[in-house]
Amino acid sequence: MDIKWDQILIIEEPIMFWTFIGLIVSSIGLVAGLTYFKKWGWLWREWLTSTDAKKVGIMYIVLAIVMLVRGGIDALMMKYQTAVPENTFLSSQHFNEVFSAHGTIMIFFMAMPILFGIMNLVVPLQIGARDVAFPKLNLLGFWITTAAAVLYNIAFLVGGSPDAGWTSYFPLAGKEFTPGIGNNYYYVALQISGFGSMIIAINFMVTILKMRAPGMGLFKMPMFTWTTLITCLIMIIAFPIFTIALLAGMLDRVFGSHFFTVADGGLDMMWANLFWLWAHPEVYIVVLPAFGIISEVVATFSKKRLYGYHSMVWAVIVISVFSLLVWVHHFYTMGVGPTVNSVFSITTLAIAVPTGIKLFNWLFTMRKGRIAFEQPMLWALGFIPTFLIGGVTGVMLGMASADFQYHNTLFLVAHFHYTLVGGVVYAVFAAIYYWWPKFFGFKLNHKLGNWHFWLFNVGFNLSFFPLFFLGLDGAARRMYTYSAETGFGPLYMLSFIGTLLIAAGVVFFVINMVYSSLKEKRITDRDVWGTGRTLEWLVPTPVPAYNFAVIPKVEALDEVWHRKETGKALAFDEKEIKDIHMPSHSGLPFYMFVAFFISGFLFVWEFQALAIASLALPFLGMAINSFTSYDEGYYIPAKEVIETERKGGGEQQWKAK
Amino acid sequence: MESKITNYSVPTEYQSELGKMNILGFWIFIAAEIILFATLFALYGVYHDRIGDGPAGPEVFVIKDVVIQTVLLLTSSFTCGYVITSMRRGNVKGAIVWIAITLLFGLGFLVMEINEFIHYVNAGLAIQTSAFGSSLLTLLGTHGAHVTFGLFWGIILAIQLAQRGITAFTASKVHIWSIYWHFLDVVWIFVFTFVYLGGLM
Repeated sequence: MDIKWDQILIIEEPIMFWTFIGLIVSSIGLVAGLTYFKKWGWLWREWLTSTDAKKVGIMYIVLAIVMLVRGGIDALMMKYQTAVPENTFLSSQHFNEVFSAHGTIMIFFMAMPILFGIMNLVVPLQIGARDVAFPKLNLLGFWITTAAAVLYNIAFLVGGSPDAGWTSYFPLAGKEFTPGIGNNYYYVALQISGFGSMIIAINFMVTILKMRAPGMGLFKMPMFTWTTLITCLIMIIAFPIFTIALLAGMLDRVFGSHFFTVADGGLDMMWANLFWLWAHPEVYIVVLPAFGIISEVVATFSKKRLYGYHSMVWAVIVISVFSLLVWVHHFYTMGVGPTVNSVFSITTLAIAVPTGIKLFNWLFTMRKGRIAFEQPMLWALGFIPTFLIGGVTGVMLGMASADFQYHNTLFLVAHFHYTLVGGVVYAVFAAIYYWWPKFFGFKLNHKLGNWHFWLFNVGFNLSFFPLFFLGLDGAARRMYTYSAETGFGPLYMLSFIGTLLIAAGVVFFVINMVYSSLKEKRITDRDVWGTGRTLEWLVPTPVPAYNFAVIPKVEALDEVWHRKETGKALAFDEKEIKDIHMPSHSGLPFYMFVAFFISGFLFVWEFQALAIASLALPFLGMAINSFTSYDEGYYIPAKEVIETERKGGGEQQWKAK
Repeated sequence: MESKITNYSVPTEYQSELGKMNILGFWIFIAAEIILFATLFALYGVYHDRIGDGPAGPEVFVIKDVVIQTVLLLTSSFTCGYVITSMRRGNVKGAIVWIAITLLFGLGFLVMEINEFIHYVNAGLAIQTSAFGSSLLTLLGTHGAHVTFGLFWGIILAIQLAQRGITAFTASKVHIWSIYWHFLDVVWIFVFTFVYLGGLM
């Protein structure tokens, strides 16, 4: 080990120092608040150990929003640093750490958890199930992801943040060029978060394949459920590759092996290949559920059936296949030669076809529809042009010969922010506004929502559109500063102003959540928006723990809409209600959180023997689980279910609008 | 879940809904494991002749020992099959005894593999030696770690069988473990073919 013990806590710089103080003060405040209001027991019983998929989903979303703020502050710091030439706000080292953290956190601890959260909330409802296939495993997935997030997020104070970019290319990321332990956080934390993703993938695949309501064939599933299924499939194929890549990277750094080193036969470009073999599918892992969300929102608020449902499904499947065949386009400049580049260029451009089909289908869904400009629809409408810009510039980047011009410039940065923010984040906001009332029993405020949308939308375009031009002018990504002669200054400044608007938009979003939970009108309508199409609008609002009092029999795609149109009764006979079986709470996933955190921490700090020994901790948890898995769960009595159903708008008359 | 087996038209392990879902979930997990090992094989395929200053494969491989290892593991897969047949006949004792025999073969394999690693290190091939050493030992080590996990898992399940007998739920657990055990055997066949036999050619 080459650790300098006096450098464990990194608080010399004022930014670090004040962040450290801020963290300590807010943690003390949180603990004091929970103690003062005697909420510890409630927190533990109702949330931290809850195997209810809805609560797990909400916890995922809370984690993701906290991470969004952290990653967002990183973004603001970067943009402030580059707003003017020769700025000295951040040192080059600090800048490296900040952009690495921004990328890693936004992908692993913001985008993925927030989508996992939405899946947890929505998928069981959409397929007419009471729960996910493996409720305890589901909670474990959340806690493992959280362990990884906490581990990664303490890095900047304890030992140093990873500084080789979110791609962490070797040999830069190796020990020769990045000594110290900071970069270990990347390999260990992401390895742990990968386990969490794998759990989600298996759980939701089984849930969707096995637990659909009777009558719901695969081609009667809502689009969001379809995209979740395909996303899980890609995760199962892609994540193990990353697991091995991270393992090899960790072995290289901590145990001195030679996978990606320059010496002794290692190949640094092997990392790039393995990384992108996973990371390109990863882009689709986050964007496919977003497509699903947009499909639901556009159909609901256009009051029309989704145009070309079958072509939508096949487009998603085709995208998932192609997603695994394009990874080399991330390093055309590696020098594999024109033949290989051409092949990957063609597969890359081919992805534009199914994606284009999806865009046109959304447009055709809206055509002649009676569009309601509710909040979710605003985000969906914002999504289409922004994502289109991302897609079209993607085609530009996909052309291998042209890519030599764009490679590693801000043009690329602008492109992937247009797909990931314009695609994923817009869709996530649409999803939050869309499904929020279903779970909390009130809508988010319309006016504040408008502020959120317009500030974010204008800010986003102001922030990233200039980057296209900067990139074409030759501004490289990840540059911590530039000279005034380059002439980059004004556009960089514009971009910074845009970032401020984005931040203001997010502030309005947070204010909206707080304001609406205090002030907004409570609603108990099952079909919150009046034009709901899928099964989640059949259950009471807010959704009871058991989801469906009686499992519905499905006859059509868009079952609720179908029932409203055919005048079929949406309510059920109360005599059909029986006692409902529910899974027990479990503290074991929380133990696994602690176990993974400790073990991960020891690996990061290169206590080799101790780290390997500490792997016994999670395995012990698994053994305990095996012995205690005979728990029978509990039952909600039929009487209680009937009461809840009556209270939750059960007698409401349903009519097609 | 503890209900007695009454329906003999379906194998024991498929009789509960939970058991069925667990088994499907585990097959999906196996799919992920296949990709995991495929990646390790790919790494080995690229690195097998990138030996740096260290020894090459044929210089250090002891084929006789590897053949014994292979026989041990293949036999354990065979006896693992008997675990399932005893279980389906409702024979708890038989199932536990066959699990014990399977685990003994597995343990034998593991002891020989550890020996093999010690031999490699003595012969000057460690994960720090070369890309070849890193990829070889990571591939073998990952497989060996899986076998070790399977050993503990088998012990835990044997205890549960003794405690609770054969129910739809315990049967699905044992069935899942047997899928895992057979899978490790299949991986080993690839290791034997590509690493050892391929190395000798």
